[in-house]
Amino acid sequence: MKLGILHETVYRYDHPIRNFVQSLRLTPSVFEGQKAHDWRIEVSGGVKGPSFRDGAGDWIEGWAVRGPAQEVIVKIAGRVETRDTAGVLRGHREMIHPMAYLRDTGTTRADDRLRQLADSVTEAADNLDLAHRLSAAVGEAIAYRPGVTRTQTTAAEALKLGQGVCQDHTHALIALARIRGLPGRYVSGYLHVTEDGQSQEAAHAWAEIHVERLGWVGFDAANACCPDERYVRLASGLDAADAAPIRGIAIGRGVEKLDVAVRVEDIETLQGQSQSQTQS
Amino acid sequence: MTYYNEMYEGKRVRDPYARLSDWVDTMPDDFRQMKQAEAEALFRRIGITFAVYGEGGDPDRLIPFDMMPRVFEQNEWRKLERGIKQRARALNAFLRDVYGRGEIIRAGRIPAKLVYQNDAYEKAVVGVIPPRGVYSHIIGIDLVRTAKDEFFVLEDNCRTPSGVSYMLENREIMMRMFPQLFRGNRIEPVDQYPDLLRRTLESVAPQKCEGRPTCVILTPGHFNSAYYEHSFLANLMGVELVEGADLFVDGEFVYARTTQGPKRIDVIYRRIDDPFLDPLCFRPDSLLGVPGLMDVYRSGGVSICSAPGAGVADDKAIYTFVPEMVRFYLGEEPILNNVQTWTLWKDDDYRYVMENLPDLVVKEVHGSGGYGMLVGPKSTSDEIEAFRAKIAADPSNYIAQPTLSLSTCPTFVEEGIAPRHVDLRPYCLCGDRIELVPGGLTRVALREGSLVVNSSQGGGVKDTWVLSE
Repeated sequence: MKLGILHETVYRYDHPIRNFVQSLRLTPSVFEGQKAHDWRIEVSGGVKGPSFRDGAGDWIEGWAVRGPAQEVIVKIAGRVETRDTAGVLRGHREMIHPMAYLRDTGTTRADDRLRQLADSVTEAADNLDLAHRLSAAVGEAIAYRPGVTRTQTTAAEALKLGQGVCQDHTHALIALARIRGLPGRYVSGYLHVTEDGQSQEAAHAWAEIHVERLGWVGFDAANACCPDERYVRLASGLDAADAAPIRGIAIGRGVEKLDVAVRVEDIETLQGQSQSQTQS
Repeated sequence: MTYYNEMYEGKRVRDPYARLSDWVDTMPDDFRQMKQAEAEALFRRIGITFAVYGEGGDPDRLIPFDMMPRVFEQNEWRKLERGIKQRARALNAFLRDVYGRGEIIRAGRIPAKLVYQNDAYEKAVVGVIPPRGVYSHIIGIDLVRTAKDEFFVLEDNCRTPSGVSYMLENREIMMRMFPQLFRGNRIEPVDQYPDLLRRTLESVAPQKCEGRPTCVILTPGHFNSAYYEHSFLANLMGVELVEGADLFVDGEFVYARTTQGPKRIDVIYRRIDDPFLDPLCFRPDSLLGVPGLMDVYRSGGVSICSAPGAGVADDKAIYTFVPEMVRFYLGEEPILNNVQTWTLWKDDDYRYVMENLPDLVVKEVHGSGGYGMLVGPKSTSDEIEAFRAKIAADPSNYIAQPTLSLSTCPTFVEEGIAPRHVDLRPYCLCGDRIELVPGGLTRVALREGSLVVNSSQGGGVKDTWVLSE
């Protein structure tokens, strides 16, 4: 597929802020499943700082807005050519040992309920099969329902609620994988949402689980599938906070209001379904 | 148990202490008391105090200073020096390796789990090679002595070892109070340490640095127990002492706010722990650090000493493998030995330790400061049983060692002079060269019979002499 992506984040402040420093991971990963063209990152009033590829293979750009500013716009635009690799992250250059992704964080910590769910999967043929089954188990245990969980909701809490969004599914699946001894990580990216009209977010997240021979394989428990050509991968981490595409901090006492708009279009199909979504 | 007394062999005074012996023997009691009070007043005036976490009480408590020096002969010290430098080289080689290809793990010499699942392993710096490949620039290596020629390494401190200000102050005060001692003995100086430290920091400036590197010391602030040391070192080195809020990131570099406008910073000697360095990379709620610092660091715009992630080389589980590192990276036999260590996550070790608790010292893997440890022979059976329950609840959090017969050194006490147990922390500097000043910080357990020298557990300090040839 050829996907056109527009992603705009607007920060508004009651009082002017100064020294807004950001670390952005908003550039598509380089691997066999995707290739970016004309990718542009702009931060209004900002100066571009260091940019480099880190050990996880993510492209990082630092930006600083000296200010004073009452509004900062982070705008990403570009095209990505994608193809289906059945979820396998093939040809991705990274240096971090998979075992580093066996470590827990606050949002992925195991509790009895998560352990029980992880242990309920008993008939796996191999680790790949196990990962598929764990993903299915999460999809069944947590129903997609926006608005019931928050950014800080942990995997354990989401499982108890039985409801959540892609972040919660991903945290739960990572927790399950780690309980079963498989390295798991959080991936943030974009999703082109298709025909069935399910109200999914275009700024999306899924899990990657490391299995021998194949390496990292993506699992989208929320959509009961592996990432294919509709997915654009940006960055990874131990959990949502660690994989956040935008991290920033400013000096100032202004109240922050955040508007995010993401559009992922199939630019090959003339009247291709487009989809946009706004959150405040 | 008999202990090696560093001054006396029976009634005989060992050579390095020959002159001190006269000094002690002829010192009248009232003179000694007067001098001890004078020393305390000097420390108080300089402001060198040490807050003890979790104990309450006076945060400006002094670490007791004992006037009786601890003395090494030149040849004793040379051997220690070689051993320390060797260890420092191996530790840095290990850090280079585990943030690179991980050869020592591939070779099966260190279990992958201990490294990659270690809390101190920072995946954010994988693939980042700091200038000269040095990760840990100041390594404090804690040594104990059990016989004339028998020294053991108790632990390595690769992050930000503290205490060097005591080493410098102890000497300063001894020279001020007893100048005649320094005329009669040829004692190697230690006061070049701040210059050596500054030179070491400058030698690891990033390639992008132009001209003479600008160094700063980054402190968490005056609430930190070692704040005195931070300001003391900054002062002696002639560099600025800054807090996170004094620094900011702009473009590809870090700057300090100064009255003459922003000044680009090349080397940061940080006395802040990794999680607090940069809220954009580590703990997002940290107010102590500098937002964006890690991106500048990782792209080679600034050096951070010690490098983020250096802590993976110094926890008590990795410690057991340091001799292996010496063999693997340097192809040498370790000059300094480790203390035999049982790791409680191994079944055999666990069984042995649980059966022999009253004879062993048990420590938390990530503990420090003498907290959370059991000294079997010095504990009541109730204390031992309570500790046994803690171990059983989380075995992988503990290691055990035999109770070492730490050497003693004569120390001034209420009743006069008496032997007390001591250890030694030399400070090894790693930059373009590996250097250390002769001696280090001697800590002394002031309580009779105590084997715990930590200042938080009633330990004191002594001036440490290395005699010239």
